[in-house]
Amino acid sequence: MVRAVDGVDLRIDRGETVGVVGESGCGKTVTARSVLKLIDMPPGRFEAGQILWRGRDLIPLEQDEMNQIRAREIAIIFQEPMTSLNPVYTVGDQIAEVIALHQKLSPKQAMAGAAEMLRLVNIPNPTKRVRDYPHQFSGGMRQRVMIAMALSCQPKLLIADEPTTALDVTIQAQILELMQEMKEKFGMAIMLITHAMGVVAETCQRVTVMYAGKVVEEAPVKELFGNPRHPYTQGLIRSIPRIDRAVSRQARLESIQGTVPSLLNPPAGCRFAARCKYAMDICTQGIPPLKEVAPGHRVACVL
Amino acid sequence: MNRQYIIRRLLIAIPSLLGISVILFGILAMAPGDPFEELATNPAIPPEVRMALRAKFGLDDPVWQRYLHWLAAMMQGDWGFSFQSRMDVDRLILQRLPVTLIVIGASQILAISVAIPVGVLAAIKPYSIFDQIASTFAMIGFSLPTFFTGLVLILVFSIQLDWLPFVYRADINATGWAFYWEHIKQSIMPVVVLGLAQAGTLVRFMRSSVLDVIRLDYVTTARSKGIGERKVIVRHVVRNALIPVVTLIALQLPAVFGGAIVTEQIFRVPGIGSLLIAAIQANDTPVVMGVTFIISCLVVLFNLIADILYGWLDPRISFR
Amino acid sequence: MAGSTPASLSADAPATPQVVVRPRKARSISPARETWRRFRRHTLAVTGAIVLLILVSGVLLGPYVWPVAINDIDFTAKLQGPSLAHPLGTDDLGQDLLARMMYGGKISLAVGFAAMLVALTVGVLVGSIAGMASGWVDAALMWLTDLFLALPTLPLLLLVMYLFRDSVKKVLGVEGGAFVLIVVVIGGLRWMPVARLVRAQFLSLREKEFVEAARALGASKVRQVVQHILPNALGPVIVVGTIDVAAAIIFESTLSFLGLGFPSDVPTWGSMLRDAKDYLDIAAHWALFPGGAIFLTVLAINFVGDGLRDAFDPRRVL
Repeated sequence: MVRAVDGVDLRIDRGETVGVVGESGCGKTVTARSVLKLIDMPPGRFEAGQILWRGRDLIPLEQDEMNQIRAREIAIIFQEPMTSLNPVYTVGDQIAEVIALHQKLSPKQAMAGAAEMLRLVNIPNPTKRVRDYPHQFSGGMRQRVMIAMALSCQPKLLIADEPTTALDVTIQAQILELMQEMKEKFGMAIMLITHAMGVVAETCQRVTVMYAGKVVEEAPVKELFGNPRHPYTQGLIRSIPRIDRAVSRQARLESIQGTVPSLLNPPAGCRFAARCKYAMDICTQGIPPLKEVAPGHRVACVL
Repeated sequence: MNRQYIIRRLLIAIPSLLGISVILFGILAMAPGDPFEELATNPAIPPEVRMALRAKFGLDDPVWQRYLHWLAAMMQGDWGFSFQSRMDVDRLILQRLPVTLIVIGASQILAISVAIPVGVLAAIKPYSIFDQIASTFAMIGFSLPTFFTGLVLILVFSIQLDWLPFVYRADINATGWAFYWEHIKQSIMPVVVLGLAQAGTLVRFMRSSVLDVIRLDYVTTARSKGIGERKVIVRHVVRNALIPVVTLIALQLPAVFGGAIVTEQIFRVPGIGSLLIAAIQANDTPVVMGVTFIISCLVVLFNLIADILYGWLDPRISFR
Repeated sequence: MAGSTPASLSADAPATPQVVVRPRKARSISPARETWRRFRRHTLAVTGAIVLLILVSGVLLGPYVWPVAINDIDFTAKLQGPSLAHPLGTDDLGQDLLARMMYGGKISLAVGFAAMLVALTVGVLVGSIAGMASGWVDAALMWLTDLFLALPTLPLLLLVMYLFRDSVKKVLGVEGGAFVLIVVVIGGLRWMPVARLVRAQFLSLREKEFVEAARALGASKVRQVVQHILPNALGPVIVVGTIDVAAAIIFESTLSFLGLGFPSDVPTWGSMLRDAKDYLDIAAHWALFPGGAIFLTVLAINFVGDGLRDAFDPRRVL
C-alpha cells in the first residue's frame, strides 16, 4: 500500500492563488486529482480526512453529486495538452458539452458559448476554429482550449496541474498571463501545481511545499522566498539558476543530494532526513509536526 | 468528410484488384495439365463450344497475352460458361451470390451486436467474474472450427431435438408469415455458426481496445467535466475504441468468406461457397476461377468500405 | 527502489499491515527467464501447455501403447461406440478410431508446425528486409503484403489444391504430395501478419540507442540485424507463430473436411470428420472425437499464445 498523500492540510481562500510545489512523485498530482475524486477508486481510496468545499465534505458524496461540483464549481486542467482532448470530437463540441451539461441551453446556444470561450482565451478566428479538431491546434493552443473548457461554467476554483510544464517557455508565459487574466475576470481561486519556483514567485499569494507525500512548509509567497525555514525549501530556492550573480562566484548549480524515498516503504521519522544536511538523531525518530513560526508561516522541522 | 480521401482509397483499390487478378491468373497458368481437359472428355460439350473456349482463353498464346484476353473478357462480363450447370458463369454467380451475402451479413450483424456490448462491459470491470466468463467464452468461440460447430449444432438441434431443419431449401411450400418463418428457421444455424466464431474474436479485441482507451488522458478530462460515467463510456471511450475494431472486421473478411464456404457445404445453403465446392468436384474450371475472383473482389470492396468508415470515424486520418 | 530501508513500527503509526522488503541481492535475470516466470503465473496458459504436452506425447507415444493398425477393416465391428476393445469406437469400416486419431494427430500437428515455420521464415525475411531497407523497397514489399492480405485464404487454398493436387501426387506420392502442398500453401498465405509485425519492430528498434551503438562500433547491417534487432523483435513473433500453428491446423482440417486435403483413406482429423458427417444420427462419436480433438488442440494453443503474449508484453504488470 502506498500512501501517496499522507496527512496533507491544504487551504485555499476565495480568490487567492495558492502554489503547491515539490518534486515529481511528491504527491501533488494525487492531491489535485483527489479533490475532484478523479483517482481510480478501486486501487485508490480515502483512508482518513476531509475535503471541505464551502463547508461541505466531498468525500462521502456519490458520483452524481460529485458531477454537480465538477466543472461547475471546481474545474481542473492537466499537464499534457496533447492528449487531454478527445481526438474525434471538435473542440467546439467538447466545450459545448460542458456548457450544455451545467446550463440548460440548446445545442446552438452551447456552441455559441463555446465560440465565445475561445475568443476569451485569445484564440484567433474563434467562430471558425470552433469546428476544428484538436489535432489541428498546437500544444499551446490546446492548453488554451483546455482553459476555455474548464472556465466555461465559471467555477470558483481552478486546479491547474502543471499546466505549462509540457510547453515551450514563451508559451508558458502566455498561458500564465491568460490564467491571471481569467482569474481577475471571474474572481476565481487557483490551486497552481508546479515544480518551477519561478512561476510560483510570479503568480501565487501563498505557497505550500510538499515532500514525499507530506507538507513540509507553507507560507505567504514573500515570506517563503525571503525566509525559507525548511531545509528542503531552502534547497529548492537555492537550486534556481540565477543569472544575476557573478559567474566566478556561482561556479556550480546547487542541487539537493539524494533521491526521493520510496513511498512503498517510507522511512520512519522525517522523510527528508536522509538528504538533509542538518539532520540529527531526533529527525529519524518521529515525524515533526507543522508548527507556526511566523504569522501564516508553518514548518514541519525541528529547527 | 474529405472527398480527396475517398478518391485516394478508391485509386488504391484498383491496383489491388489488378494485382489479385494477376495472381489468380498466374496460378491458373502455372497449373500443370490442361484445366480444360474436362472439356475434351465431356461428351455433353459440343466441339464448337470447346474450340470457342480454347480460343477465348487463348490457350496457345503466350502467357501475358492470355492474361490480357482473360482480363478483358472478365471486365466485359464474359466470365465463361459452366459445363456443369449449362449456363454462363456470371449469371450462375449472380444467382447464388445474394444468399451468401445475406447469411454473411446476418452473421456479422449478430456477432457485432453481441460482441461489442460484451467486450465493453468486460473491459469496464476487468478481471471480474463477468469478464472472466466472457473472455473464456470468446476464446472457445474462436477456437472452435466452423465445421465442428456446425456438426454439433446439427446433432443437437436437428437430430436430437428436431427443432431446426438442417437442409436448406430455397423453395418452401408456405405463404405469408409461415414462409418467412421457415426461411428464418433454416438460416438460424448457419448464421449462428458464422457469427459465433467472429463474435469470439470481436469480444477479445473490443475488450482490449476499450482497456487501452479508458486509461487515456482525455477520458479523465471528460470525467472532470462532470459527465456521468455511463455517458463518458459511451460518448468518449466506446467511440474511440470502435475505430480499430472497424479495421479488424475488414481484415477478418477473407476468413469470414472461408467460414461461409464451409457452412454452406454443411448446411447445403445454395450460395457461392457451395457452388465453388461443387465446381471443384466437377472439374468445372471457369466456375472455380469466377467464384474465386468474385470473392477476392468482394474482399477488396469491403476493405475499401472499411477504409472509408475508418476515415469517417477518425478525423485525424481524413484530414491529412 | 534504491535506498529503501526495512520498515519498522513507529509509536504512532496506525496498525496497518507493514510491507517488509528485504534488500534484493543483485542477481542477473535474463529476459528469457523473466518471460518464463511471467508465463508461469498465467494459469490458463500453463494448463494449455500441459494439455498440449499430453496431446503431443499421446500422439507420438500412443501407438506403442496401443498398437492397433489404422486400417484393420472389420465389418462386424462397424460403427460401434466406445468399448474396451475400441476405446474410441469404430467407423463404418470397423477401423479402430483411437488408432486413427493418433495417426491423424501426428499429421495434423506436423502440418501445423511445418506451415508455421514456412510462414515465419518468409515473414521474418520480408519484414526484416522491408524494415531495414525503407524507401521504395519497403513500399513495394508493403504493397505486396497488403495485396496478399486481401486474398481470401480458403478459396485460394481450394484453388491451388484443385489445380496442383494431381501433379504433386505423381511426384511425391499421395501423402507426401498433399503434405508438401498444404504446408507450402498455408505457410504462403500466413506470412503477411508476421512480416508486418517484424517490420514494425524493426522500424522502432533500429532507431534505438543500442543499435546505434552497434553501428558506431562498425557492425555490418547483417550483424546489426541478427545480433541486435532480431532477438528483441522475437517476442511478438513467437506469439504470432503460436497462433499460426492453430490456424494451420484448422486450415488443414477444413481442407480435408471439404475433400481437398488429405484423401479419405489417410486418417487426419479433418478427413475423419468428413466421413463421419453422414452418420451423425447413428454414430455421433465418430464425429465428436476428431472434432473435439481439433477444438481442444486449438484451444490449448490459443491459451498458450495468450500467456506468451502477456509474458512478452513489458507493459503488463504480472
